[in-house]
Amino acid sequence: MSNDEPFRREPIEGFDDVPGTTLFDAQRARQGYHVNQFCMSLMKAEKRAEFKADEDRYLRKWPMSEAQRQAILDRNWGRMIELGGNIYYLSKLFSTDGKSFQFVAATMTGLTQDQYAQMMLNGGRPVDGNRSKSEWSAKEGK
Amino acid sequence: MAKIVASVNVSHVPAIGAAWDNKKSGEPYWKPVFDGFDFSKKWIAELKPDVIILVYNDHASAFDASIIPTFALGCASEFPPADEGWGPRPVPTVIGHPVMASHIAQSLILDEFDMTIINEMDVDHGLTVPLTLMFGQPQAWPCKIIPLPVNVVQFPPPTGNRCFNLGKALKRAVESYPEDLRVVIFGTGGMSHQLQGKRAGLINKVWDKRFLDSLAGDAELARRIPFIEYVREAGSEGIEMVMWLISRGALDREVREVYRFYHVPASNTALGHLILENASFAA
Repeated sequence: MSNDEPFRREPIEGFDDVPGTTLFDAQRARQGYHVNQFCMSLMKAEKRAEFKADEDRYLRKWPMSEAQRQAILDRNWGRMIELGGNIYYLSKLFSTDGKSFQFVAATMTGLTQDQYAQMMLNGGRPVDGNRSKSEWSAKEGK
Repeated sequence: MAKIVASVNVSHVPAIGAAWDNKKSGEPYWKPVFDGFDFSKKWIAELKPDVIILVYNDHASAFDASIIPTFALGCASEFPPADEGWGPRPVPTVIGHPVMASHIAQSLILDEFDMTIINEMDVDHGLTVPLTLMFGQPQAWPCKIIPLPVNVVQFPPPTGNRCFNLGKALKRAVESYPEDLRVVIFGTGGMSHQLQGKRAGLINKVWDKRFLDSLAGDAELARRIPFIEYVREAGSEGIEMVMWLISRGALDREVREVYRFYHVPASNTALGHLILENASFAA
Protein backbone atom coordinates (compact mmCIF):
# COMPACT_ATOMS: atom_id res chain seq x y z
CA MET A 1 0.00 0.00 0.00
CA SER A 2 1.54 3.30 -1.06
CA ASN A 3 0.53 6.70 0.17
CA ASP A 4 1.45 8.36 -3.10
CA GLU A 5 -1.70 7.24 -4.90
CA PRO A 6 -4.15 10.02 -5.60
CA PHE A 7 -6.82 10.50 -2.98
CA ARG A 8 -10.18 9.30 -4.18
CA ARG A 9 -13.37 10.89 -2.85
CA GLU A 10 -16.35 8.61 -2.38
CA PRO A 11 -19.38 10.86 -2.48
CA ILE A 12 -21.78 10.72 0.44
CA GLU A 13 -24.72 12.89 -0.42
CA GLY A 14 -24.75 16.16 1.45
CA PHE A 15 -21.53 15.61 3.28
CA ASP A 16 -19.44 18.08 1.32
CA ASP A 17 -21.60 20.87 2.70
CA VAL A 18 -20.81 20.12 6.38
CA PRO A 19 -18.22 22.69 7.48
CA GLY A 20 -15.09 22.10 9.53
CA THR A 21 -15.41 18.31 9.50
CA THR A 22 -13.31 15.58 7.91
CA LEU A 23 -14.97 12.30 7.07
CA PHE A 24 -12.77 9.33 8.05
CA ASP A 25 -14.06 7.04 5.35
CA ALA A 26 -12.47 4.01 3.69
CA GLN A 27 -10.46 6.09 1.21
CA ARG A 28 -9.09 8.40 3.87
CA ALA A 29 -8.36 5.44 6.13
CA ARG A 30 -6.34 3.92 3.30
CA GLN A 31 -4.45 7.19 2.85
CA GLY A 32 -3.73 7.43 6.58
CA TYR A 33 -3.03 3.75 7.23
CA HIS A 34 0.62 4.15 8.20
CA VAL A 35 -0.02 7.30 10.24
CA ASN A 36 -2.61 5.42 12.27
CA GLN A 37 -0.52 2.26 12.63
CA PHE A 38 2.43 4.39 13.78
CA CYS A 39 0.12 5.83 16.46
CA MET A 40 -0.92 2.34 17.55
CA SER A 41 2.73 1.42 18.11
CA LEU A 42 2.85 4.06 20.87
CA MET A 43 0.62 1.94 23.11
CA LYS A 44 3.78 0.23 24.39
CA ALA A 45 6.02 2.07 26.86
CA GLU A 46 9.28 1.02 25.18
CA LYS A 47 8.05 2.28 21.80
CA ARG A 48 7.08 5.61 23.33
CA ALA A 49 10.62 5.92 24.69
CA GLU A 50 12.14 5.03 21.32
CA PHE A 51 9.94 7.59 19.54
CA LYS A 52 10.76 10.36 22.00
CA ALA A 53 14.51 9.67 21.66
CA ASP A 54 14.51 10.37 17.88
CA GLU A 55 11.11 11.14 16.36
CA ASP A 56 12.19 11.48 12.75
CA ARG A 57 14.14 8.24 12.76
CA TYR A 58 11.27 6.38 14.41
CA LEU A 59 8.75 7.77 11.90
CA ARG A 60 10.83 6.58 8.95
CA LYS A 61 9.97 3.00 9.88
CA TRP A 62 6.51 3.62 8.40
CA PRO A 63 6.17 4.23 4.64
CA MET A 64 4.19 7.43 5.06
CA SER A 65 4.41 10.53 2.86
CA GLU A 66 6.74 13.45 3.60
CA ALA A 67 3.69 15.61 4.30
CA GLN A 68 2.35 13.12 6.82
CA ARG A 69 5.69 12.81 8.61
CA GLN A 70 6.09 16.58 8.74
CA ALA A 71 2.56 17.05 10.14
CA ILE A 72 3.38 14.60 12.94
CA LEU A 73 6.73 16.27 13.70
CA ASP A 74 4.96 19.66 13.76
CA ARG A 75 2.08 18.25 15.85
CA ASN A 76 -0.24 19.84 13.32
CA TRP A 77 -3.35 17.91 14.38
CA GLY A 78 -5.67 19.41 11.77
CA ARG A 79 -3.23 18.51 9.00
CA MET A 80 -2.83 14.96 10.35
CA ILE A 81 -6.61 14.55 10.17
CA GLU A 82 -6.70 15.95 6.62
CA LEU A 83 -4.03 13.43 5.60
CA GLY A 84 -5.93 10.41 6.89
CA GLY A 85 -5.17 10.36 10.60
CA ASN A 86 -8.11 9.53 12.86
CA ILE A 87 -8.63 11.18 16.23
CA TYR A 88 -8.80 7.89 18.19
CA TYR A 89 -5.50 6.75 16.70
CA LEU A 90 -3.95 10.20 17.16
CA SER A 91 -4.95 9.99 20.83
CA LYS A 92 -2.04 7.56 21.32
CA LEU A 93 0.31 10.28 20.06
CA PHE A 94 -1.11 13.10 22.15
CA SER A 95 -1.22 10.83 25.21
CA THR A 96 2.49 10.22 24.62
CA ASP A 97 2.86 14.01 24.68
CA GLY A 98 0.81 14.21 27.89
CA LYS A 99 -2.00 16.10 26.14
CA SER A 100 -5.78 15.58 26.33
CA PHE A 101 -8.60 15.28 23.81
CA GLN A 102 -9.71 18.72 24.90
CA PHE A 103 -6.27 20.23 24.22
CA VAL A 104 -6.17 18.78 20.72
CA ALA A 105 -9.78 19.70 19.93
CA ALA A 106 -9.07 23.28 21.07
CA THR A 107 -5.96 23.43 18.85
CA MET A 108 -7.92 22.36 15.79
CA THR A 109 -10.56 25.04 16.34
CA GLY A 110 -8.02 27.82 16.79
CA LEU A 111 -9.06 28.46 20.41
CA THR A 112 -6.91 28.24 23.51
CA GLN A 113 -7.70 25.30 25.73
CA ASP A 114 -9.25 27.66 28.31
CA GLN A 115 -11.45 29.33 25.72
CA TYR A 116 -12.52 25.95 24.38
CA ALA A 117 -13.25 24.55 27.86
CA GLN A 118 -15.36 27.66 28.58
CA MET A 119 -17.28 27.18 25.33
CA MET A 120 -18.08 23.62 26.44
CA LEU A 121 -19.18 24.82 29.89
CA ASN A 122 -21.46 27.29 28.14
CA GLY A 123 -23.19 24.42 26.36
CA GLY A 124 -20.78 23.70 23.50
CA ARG A 125 -20.61 24.98 19.95
CA PRO A 126 -24.20 25.60 18.88
CA VAL A 127 -25.45 23.78 15.82
CA ASP A 128 -27.22 26.88 14.50
CA GLY A 129 -24.85 28.58 12.10
CA ASN A 130 -22.65 25.47 11.93
CA ARG A 131 -24.63 23.13 9.70
CA SER A 132 -23.54 24.26 6.28
CA LYS A 133 -20.51 25.71 4.52
CA SER A 134 -22.68 28.52 3.19
CA GLU A 135 -23.36 29.64 6.77
CA TRP A 136 -19.61 29.76 7.42
CA SER A 137 -18.83 31.71 4.24
CA ALA A 138 -21.61 34.17 5.10
CA LYS A 139 -19.95 34.74 8.51
CA GLU A 140 -16.53 35.20 6.93
CA GLY A 141 -17.97 37.59 4.36
CA LYS A 142 -19.07 40.01 7.07
CA MET B 1 -35.68 -19.25 28.40
CA ALA B 2 -33.40 -16.25 28.62
CA LYS B 3 -35.03 -12.84 28.19
CA ILE B 4 -33.85 -9.29 27.54
CA VAL B 5 -35.96 -7.22 29.93
CA ALA B 6 -34.43 -3.75 29.82
CA SER B 7 -31.91 -1.48 28.15
CA VAL B 8 -29.39 0.92 29.61
CA ASN B 9 -28.14 3.57 27.23
CA VAL B 10 -25.24 5.74 28.26
CA SER B 11 -22.35 7.81 26.90
CA HIS B 12 -18.87 6.37 27.44
CA VAL B 13 -16.66 9.47 27.63
CA PRO B 14 -13.08 8.44 28.57
CA ALA B 15 -12.62 11.48 30.86
CA ILE B 16 -15.39 10.06 33.09
CA GLY B 17 -13.28 6.95 33.68
CA ALA B 18 -10.21 9.09 34.33
CA ALA B 19 -12.17 11.29 36.79
CA TRP B 20 -13.39 8.23 38.67
CA ASP B 21 -10.01 6.47 38.69
CA ASN B 22 -8.24 9.63 39.91
CA LYS B 23 -10.82 10.12 42.72
CA LYS B 24 -12.19 13.34 41.21
CA SER B 25 -15.82 12.21 41.13
CA GLY B 26 -16.73 14.56 44.00
CA GLU B 27 -15.25 17.67 42.35
CA PRO B 28 -17.72 20.36 41.19
CA TYR B 29 -17.14 19.61 37.49
CA TRP B 30 -17.79 15.87 37.83
CA LYS B 31 -20.20 15.58 40.78
CA PRO B 32 -23.35 16.34 38.73
CA VAL B 33 -22.32 13.64 36.24
CA PHE B 34 -21.92 10.92 38.86
CA ASP B 35 -25.00 12.08 40.83
CA GLY B 36 -26.98 11.51 37.65
CA PHE B 37 -26.42 7.77 38.11
CA ASP B 38 -27.54 7.41 41.76
CA PHE B 39 -30.97 6.18 40.67
CA SER B 40 -29.49 3.90 38.00
CA LYS B 41 -27.16 2.17 40.46
CA LYS B 42 -30.10 1.35 42.75
CA TRP B 43 -32.27 0.27 39.82
CA ILE B 44 -29.75 -2.20 38.46
CA ALA B 45 -28.83 -3.51 41.92
CA GLU B 46 -32.51 -4.40 42.41
CA LEU B 47 -32.94 -5.80 38.92
CA LYS B 48 -29.94 -8.16 39.33
CA PRO B 49 -29.29 -9.11 35.70
CA ASP B 50 -27.54 -12.43 35.12
CA VAL B 51 -25.99 -11.27 31.87
CA ILE B 52 -25.33 -7.91 30.20
CA ILE B 53 -24.92 -7.68 26.44
CA LEU B 54 -22.81 -4.57 26.11
CA VAL B 55 -22.88 -2.80 22.75
CA TYR B 56 -19.96 -0.38 22.42
CA ASN B 57 -17.17 0.61 20.10
CA ASP B 58 -13.50 -0.02 20.42
CA HIS B 59 -11.42 3.17 20.06
CA ALA B 60 -8.30 1.82 18.32
CA SER B 61 -7.46 -0.29 21.37
CA ALA B 62 -8.21 -3.97 20.68
CA PHE B 63 -8.56 -3.44 16.92
CA ASP B 64 -6.03 -1.41 14.97
CA ALA B 65 -6.39 -0.26 11.36
CA SER B 66 -5.49 -3.72 10.04
CA ILE B 67 -8.86 -5.36 10.83
CA ILE B 68 -12.14 -3.45 11.12
CA PRO B 69 -15.16 -5.65 11.92
CA THR B 70 -18.50 -3.90 11.50
CA PHE B 71 -20.26 -6.13 14.07
CA ALA B 72 -18.32 -8.39 16.44
CA LEU B 73 -19.20 -10.58 19.41
CA GLY B 74 -16.92 -11.36 22.34
CA CYS B 75 -17.05 -15.11 22.98
CA ALA B 76 -14.07 -15.35 25.36
CA SER B 77 -14.36 -16.34 29.03
CA GLU B 78 -12.72 -13.08 30.11
CA PHE B 79 -11.73 -9.68 28.72
CA PRO B 80 -8.97 -7.69 30.46
CA PRO B 81 -9.10 -3.86 30.58
CA ALA B 82 -7.01 -2.39 27.74
CA ASP B 83 -3.91 -0.23 28.05
CA GLU B 84 -5.02 2.77 25.99
CA GLY B 85 -1.65 4.50 26.23
CA TRP B 86 -1.71 5.52 29.90
CA GLY B 87 -1.95 2.04 31.52
CA PRO B 88 -5.06 -0.14 31.96
CA ARG B 89 -7.94 1.27 34.05
CA PRO B 90 -7.92 -0.16 37.60
CA VAL B 91 -11.22 -1.99 37.11
CA PRO B 92 -12.10 -5.69 37.38
CA THR B 93 -11.56 -8.02 34.46
CA VAL B 94 -14.79 -8.52 32.53
CA ILE B 95 -16.08 -12.09 32.85
CA GLY B 96 -17.81 -13.29 29.69
CA HIS B 97 -20.36 -16.02 29.06
CA PRO B 98 -18.72 -18.07 26.30
CA VAL B 99 -21.51 -20.65 26.11
CA MET B 100 -24.29 -18.12 25.69
CA ALA B 101 -22.16 -15.86 23.47
CA SER B 102 -21.43 -18.76 21.13
CA HIS B 103 -25.13 -19.56 20.97
CA ILE B 104 -25.89 -15.92 20.15
CA ALA B 105 -23.17 -15.81 17.47
CA GLN B 106 -24.56 -18.92 15.79
CA SER B 107 -28.14 -17.68 15.99
CA LEU B 108 -27.23 -14.24 14.57
CA ILE B 109 -25.25 -15.68 11.66
CA LEU B 110 -28.08 -18.03 10.73
CA ASP B 111 -30.36 -14.97 11.05
CA GLU B 112 -28.18 -13.28 8.37
CA PHE B 113 -26.08 -11.04 10.64
CA ASP B 114 -22.50 -12.02 9.85
CA MET B 115 -20.75 -11.39 13.16
CA THR B 116 -16.99 -11.44 13.60
CA ILE B 117 -16.30 -13.84 16.46
CA ILE B 118 -13.69 -12.58 18.94
CA ASN B 119 -12.05 -15.11 21.25
CA GLU B 120 -9.35 -12.86 22.64
CA MET B 121 -9.82 -9.16 23.29
CA ASP B 122 -8.94 -6.34 25.66
CA VAL B 123 -11.81 -3.94 26.37
CA ASP B 124 -11.34 -0.17 26.48
CA HIS B 125 -13.19 2.79 28.04
CA GLY B 126 -16.08 2.28 25.63
CA LEU B 127 -17.05 -0.80 27.64
CA THR B 128 -15.68 -0.07 31.11
CA VAL B 129 -16.92 3.53 31.63
CA PRO B 130 -20.62 2.49 31.44
CA LEU B 131 -19.89 -0.27 34.00
CA THR B 132 -18.24 2.23 36.34
CA LEU B 133 -21.23 4.58 36.06
CA MET B 134 -23.74 1.78 36.78
CA PHE B 135 -21.81 -0.24 39.38
CA GLY B 136 -19.14 2.03 40.91
CA GLN B 137 -16.02 0.20 42.05
CA PRO B 138 -16.83 -3.40 43.02
CA GLN B 139 -14.20 -6.12 43.52
CA ALA B 140 -15.78 -7.93 40.59
CA TRP B 141 -18.49 -6.87 38.12
CA PRO B 142 -21.75 -8.35 39.46
CA CYS B 143 -22.72 -10.36 36.37
CA LYS B 144 -21.43 -11.87 33.18
CA ILE B 145 -20.90 -9.55 30.25
CA ILE B 146 -20.98 -10.29 26.53
CA PRO B 147 -19.24 -7.51 24.58
CA LEU B 148 -20.65 -6.53 21.19
CA PRO B 149 -18.24 -4.10 19.47
CA VAL B 150 -19.52 -2.06 16.51
CA ASN B 151 -17.35 -0.11 14.09
CA VAL B 152 -18.30 3.55 14.31
CA VAL B 153 -14.75 4.89 13.84
CA GLN B 154 -14.20 4.31 10.13
CA PHE B 155 -17.12 5.62 8.09
CA PRO B 156 -19.57 4.48 7.09
CA PRO B 157 -20.72 2.71 10.22
CA PRO B 158 -23.72 0.39 9.90
CA THR B 159 -26.98 2.29 9.37
CA GLY B 160 -29.32 2.92 12.27
CA ASN B 161 -31.93 0.68 10.67
CA ARG B 162 -29.42 -2.16 10.29
CA CYS B 163 -28.52 -1.71 13.97
CA PHE B 164 -32.18 -1.76 14.98
CA ASN B 165 -32.67 -5.01 13.05
CA LEU B 166 -29.57 -6.52 14.66
CA GLY B 167 -31.23 -5.74 17.98
CA LYS B 168 -34.31 -7.67 16.89
CA ALA B 169 -32.12 -10.62 15.90
CA LEU B 170 -30.39 -10.43 19.30
CA LYS B 171 -33.78 -10.68 20.98
CA ARG B 172 -34.52 -13.85 19.00
CA ALA B 173 -31.07 -15.25 19.81
CA VAL B 174 -31.45 -14.64 23.55
CA GLU B 175 -34.99 -16.01 23.66
CA SER B 176 -33.83 -19.24 22.02
CA TYR B 177 -31.30 -19.85 24.80
CA PRO B 178 -32.82 -22.47 27.10
CA GLU B 179 -31.53 -21.34 30.49
CA ASP B 180 -33.70 -18.92 32.51
CA LEU B 181 -31.51 -15.85 32.54
CA ARG B 182 -32.37 -12.19 33.02
CA VAL B 183 -30.51 -10.14 30.40
CA VAL B 184 -30.03 -6.37 30.18
CA ILE B 185 -28.64 -4.81 27.01
CA PHE B 186 -26.43 -1.72 27.10
CA GLY B 187 -26.21 0.71 24.19
CA THR B 188 -23.30 3.11 24.67
CA GLY B 189 -21.61 6.16 23.12
CA GLY B 190 -22.94 9.56 22.06
CA MET B 191 -24.62 11.87 22.45
CA SER B 192 -23.81 14.88 20.26
CA HIS B 193 -20.07 15.54 20.08
CA GLN B 194 -17.34 16.28 17.58
CA LEU B 195 -13.69 15.76 18.43
CA GLN B 196 -12.04 16.90 15.22
CA GLY B 197 -11.79 19.76 12.76
CA LYS B 198 -12.71 23.42 13.10
CA ARG B 199 -16.25 22.46 14.16
CA ALA B 200 -15.01 20.47 17.23
CA GLY B 201 -17.09 21.02 20.35
CA LEU B 202 -20.46 20.83 18.59
CA ILE B 203 -23.41 20.07 20.90
CA ASN B 204 -27.07 19.83 19.84
CA LYS B 205 -29.41 19.52 22.83
CA VAL B 206 -32.59 19.80 20.76
CA TRP B 207 -31.58 16.99 18.43
CA ASP B 208 -30.36 14.79 21.31
CA LYS B 209 -33.69 15.19 23.09
CA ARG B 210 -35.62 14.27 19.96
CA PHE B 211 -33.46 11.13 19.64
CA LEU B 212 -34.14 10.15 23.28
CA ASP B 213 -37.87 10.78 22.84
CA SER B 214 -37.96 8.56 19.77
CA LEU B 215 -36.12 5.72 21.53
CA ALA B 216 -38.49 5.97 24.48
CA GLY B 217 -41.34 5.55 21.99
CA ASP B 218 -41.35 3.15 19.06
CA ALA B 219 -38.01 4.41 17.62
CA GLU B 220 -39.52 4.59 14.11
CA LEU B 221 -38.12 8.10 13.65
CA ALA B 222 -34.68 7.33 15.09
CA ARG B 223 -34.07 4.17 13.08
CA ARG B 224 -34.54 6.08 9.81
CA ILE B 225 -32.08 8.89 10.56
CA PRO B 226 -29.58 8.93 7.67
CA PHE B 227 -25.83 8.92 8.27
CA ILE B 228 -25.44 12.51 7.04
CA GLU B 229 -27.94 13.80 9.61
CA TYR B 230 -25.95 12.36 12.51
CA VAL B 231 -22.80 14.04 11.20
CA ARG B 232 -24.40 17.41 10.49
CA GLU B 233 -26.67 17.63 13.56
CA ALA B 234 -24.83 15.62 16.23
CA GLY B 235 -21.19 15.91 15.11
CA SER B 236 -18.82 13.45 13.48
CA GLU B 237 -18.53 11.39 16.68
CA GLY B 238 -22.26 11.65 17.45
CA ILE B 239 -22.63 8.80 14.97
CA GLU B 240 -21.96 6.49 17.94
CA MET B 241 -25.68 6.80 18.70
CA VAL B 242 -26.49 4.15 16.08
CA MET B 243 -25.44 1.72 18.82
CA TRP B 244 -28.42 2.82 20.95
CA LEU B 245 -30.64 1.49 18.17
CA ILE B 246 -29.25 -2.02 18.69
CA SER B 247 -30.31 -1.92 22.32
CA ARG B 248 -33.70 -0.45 21.38
CA GLY B 249 -34.32 -3.08 18.71
CA ALA B 250 -33.67 -5.81 21.28
CA LEU B 251 -36.64 -4.65 23.39
CA ASP B 252 -40.34 -5.05 22.67
CA ARG B 253 -42.17 -2.41 20.65
CA GLU B 254 -43.92 -1.24 23.82
CA VAL B 255 -41.49 0.07 26.43
CA ARG B 256 -41.64 2.31 29.45
CA GLU B 257 -39.10 4.99 30.21
CA VAL B 258 -37.69 4.33 33.67
CA TYR B 259 -35.09 7.06 33.87
CA ARG B 260 -33.45 9.79 31.82
CA PHE B 261 -30.44 12.00 32.50
CA TYR B 262 -28.74 14.55 30.24
CA HIS B 263 -25.77 16.73 31.06
CA VAL B 264 -23.46 19.10 29.15
CA PRO B 265 -20.48 19.00 29.18
CA ALA B 266 -18.57 15.87 30.01
CA SER B 267 -15.25 16.97 28.55
CA ASN B 268 -16.17 17.43 24.84
CA THR B 269 -19.46 15.59 24.93
CA ALA B 270 -23.16 15.78 25.73
CA LEU B 271 -23.72 12.95 28.19
CA GLY B 272 -27.00 11.12 27.72
CA HIS B 273 -28.50 8.29 29.73
CA LEU B 274 -31.80 6.47 29.20
CA ILE B 275 -33.16 3.36 30.90
CA LEU B 276 -36.04 1.52 29.24
CA GLU B 277 -37.95 -1.57 30.36
CA ASN B 278 -40.24 -3.74 28.29
CA ALA B 279 -43.80 -2.65 29.10
CA SER B 280 -44.67 -6.32 29.68
CA PHE B 281 -41.90 -6.75 32.26
CA ALA B 282 -42.72 -6.80 35.96
CA ALA B 283 -39.64 -7.10 38.18
